[in-house]
Amino acid sequence: MAREIIVAAIVLLPLSAAVIAGLFGRRIGDVASMGVTTGVLFVCCALAWYVFANVATGAWTPFTAELAPFIDVGAFRSSWSVRVDTLSAVMLIVVTTVSALVHLYSWGYMAEDDSKPRFFSYLSFFTFAMLSLVTAADFMQLFFGWEGVGLASYLLIGFWFKKPTANAAAIKAFVVNRIGDFGFVLGIITTFWMFGTIRFAEIFPQVAAHAKEGWWFAGREWLGVDLACALLFVGAMGKSAQLFLHVWLPDAMEGPTPVSALIHAATMVTAGVYMVCLLSPMYEYAPTAKAIVTVIGAVTALYAATVGMAQNDIKRVIAYSTCSQLGYMFFAAGVGAYQAAMFHLFTHAFFKGLLFLAAGSVITAMHHEQDMRAMGGLWRRTPVTYAAMLCGTLAITGVGIPVIDAGFSGFYSKDAIIDAAYAAAAGGSGVGTFAFVIGVLAAGLTSLYSWRLIFMTFHGRPHWAGAAAEAHGAHAGGHSSEAQIETHDEPLEHGADGRGHGPIEPHESSWSMLAPLIALSIGAVAAGFVFDRAFIGSGHEHFWRQALYNIGGRSVLAEPASLPAWVVWLPLVATAIGFAIAWWAYIARPGTGERIAANRGPFWSLFYNKWYFDEIYDATFVRLARVLGDLFWKEGDQKLIDGLGPDGVSALSYETGRRTARLQTGYVYHYAFVMLAGVVALLSYAIVFFSRGTR
Amino acid sequence: MSGVGLSHYLAVAAILFTIGVFGIFVNRKNVIVILMSIEMILLAVNINLVAFSAFLHEITGQVFAMIVLTVAAAEAAVGLAILVTFFRNRGNIEVDDASVMKG
Repeated sequence: MAREIIVAAIVLLPLSAAVIAGLFGRRIGDVASMGVTTGVLFVCCALAWYVFANVATGAWTPFTAELAPFIDVGAFRSSWSVRVDTLSAVMLIVVTTVSALVHLYSWGYMAEDDSKPRFFSYLSFFTFAMLSLVTAADFMQLFFGWEGVGLASYLLIGFWFKKPTANAAAIKAFVVNRIGDFGFVLGIITTFWMFGTIRFAEIFPQVAAHAKEGWWFAGREWLGVDLACALLFVGAMGKSAQLFLHVWLPDAMEGPTPVSALIHAATMVTAGVYMVCLLSPMYEYAPTAKAIVTVIGAVTALYAATVGMAQNDIKRVIAYSTCSQLGYMFFAAGVGAYQAAMFHLFTHAFFKGLLFLAAGSVITAMHHEQDMRAMGGLWRRTPVTYAAMLCGTLAITGVGIPVIDAGFSGFYSKDAIIDAAYAAAAGGSGVGTFAFVIGVLAAGLTSLYSWRLIFMTFHGRPHWAGAAAEAHGAHAGGHSSEAQIETHDEPLEHGADGRGHGPIEPHESSWSMLAPLIALSIGAVAAGFVFDRAFIGSGHEHFWRQALYNIGGRSVLAEPASLPAWVVWLPLVATAIGFAIAWWAYIARPGTGERIAANRGPFWSLFYNKWYFDEIYDATFVRLARVLGDLFWKEGDQKLIDGLGPDGVSALSYETGRRTARLQTGYVYHYAFVMLAGVVALLSYAIVFFSRGTR
Repeated sequence: MSGVGLSHYLAVAAILFTIGVFGIFVNRKNVIVILMSIEMILLAVNINLVAFSAFLHEITGQVFAMIVLTVAAAEAAVGLAILVTFFRNRGNIEVDDASVMKG
């Protein structure tokens, strides 16, 4: 019984901390509410590692514990429960570790903010929702957590609610996620309709039997599993910012940087990947849905990488990088390498959380300046941040030596994905070939934009001392479209007086911010090396057991030894080329990047404007919705319903009253005349009537 | 010489009555004139009452005439009192200015 209590505590403790900090934060004070949330998260983190250790070594068999009933309508039965297997245990440590470190980091980052209890309450609430998502044993709780993290994301993006851009970004994130959730709900309905239950444990054994079922529609037969999986993937696209539903993620950078690190890099956006891996028994029988996942993932990986190259806001570059890495995870899952997808999710949480927190440290150092063109030469001023950022960059670019199998964490996970894509391609999968080519290409671009970020921020000539005014003039002219909001000031008092008034003095951040950076650096460097064998190496079958499923038990994972040498070396070569180009453009020939930007070539414009996705959506969907809304509002509601209903009745009675009131002139003689006329009329009537009666 | 009969009295009364009514409607200047017109209407009624009383040899009509006179005196007193107060409040007693009840 103790296991259930431990896992339930991991899930529920952050909720209680959120309630305490959220409801009583004003009474107990800032330090107490920060202390209780952070403390609880560190306890949860320790418990999660304990659970993970037990599950990974096989000491605990996977189990599901029901805590309380939730919905019980016929066959649609759902209960609050915790499901523990390797998959959820991995997510538990990812979520609690990053969350605990982000809580700690926020002590420093939010030091000047005046609503700390609210911030920490939201963070803890997010953690609770995410944990309830990953421990869900049925679709309903999964959906609960799914919406809970969406709510927390909305609240935290709009945390600085006095900033109009933050509110707009929060609403954008919420609306785009609703579109994805619509598909997700349809997917759940389809699943329930096919299998008659929403519990994973009851669905998965039935999938093989129902795999060939479908129905005729529009002249062809559609596979039910395919449909369900494709619809569920729409939800994953929304949550994980895949192409066509990715537009909210870059704007979500309006939120505080710790939020970007926790929600929009390490945990929430990976929920889609987690779901696809969790539902691997379904996806394995849905070839079309898998192909869709692969193609969307691969295209997103390339798309986001190209956009990331041309952005100037330090957080936006990392946001597009997140988008791109999520694309990697999806196409890994799409070709069937769920283990590699989960491994990349795991390492990505460390190095991307690290990159964001380091970027936050840079932003603090620069007094809330986010434009990389106003930085440069910072490595001397912020050595610890620089070292951490370097670790993160080496990890994301996947630096490592294939032959001796040693490198940073991204090397293991990303190369595993590319190798798996090659293995799928070699197995005759068309989309696998596509994914492999794109994967290698995107690896080169990843290296290019990551090193560009490092070089622009930490190397080269400092742009922050005397050149502040100059840089500002340049970036005012750099807005090529109105939809482009490029740099954002965070509305802290410190930032307001630090910018534009005299020279900025960059400074290293406080230790509460540096400690999480160091902890995550260790993760970014070592996570791949330590967990490689368990996640994707020779021990993966023993590690994952039944949590991930491949048809026939055959994993798509490729042993590097069995692949041609050029495939193994290709990602590293692409990375090196990307590094060389970045080095050439920003160090060897400083100013090349500015010249490319100044030329406004077609490719640069395309990338800089994010392939015009925002503009296209604005011109089509947003405008259409606005026109429709205006129509219903002005014509339907105001004119038709209000016009005939309340407004019409009130106008009618008002008009009647106004006309009747005109009879009352107020002159005595008019009243007298009316009286007389009345008397005359009555008398005439009486005379006529009586005379007729007497006659 | 018995040319003056009932119909003559009734004609005079009718003329007086009509003058009184027109005095109320046509007059646009003075509230006192309205009061006087009302007196005139009442007197026209009194002439009718007395004329019929004499014609029918019936005393009731004259009794009624006395009652009407009394009421008319009371009415004049109340009306003038209202008028004085009205004048104190508004500063004039022109009929066209007295339109507080205008809707």
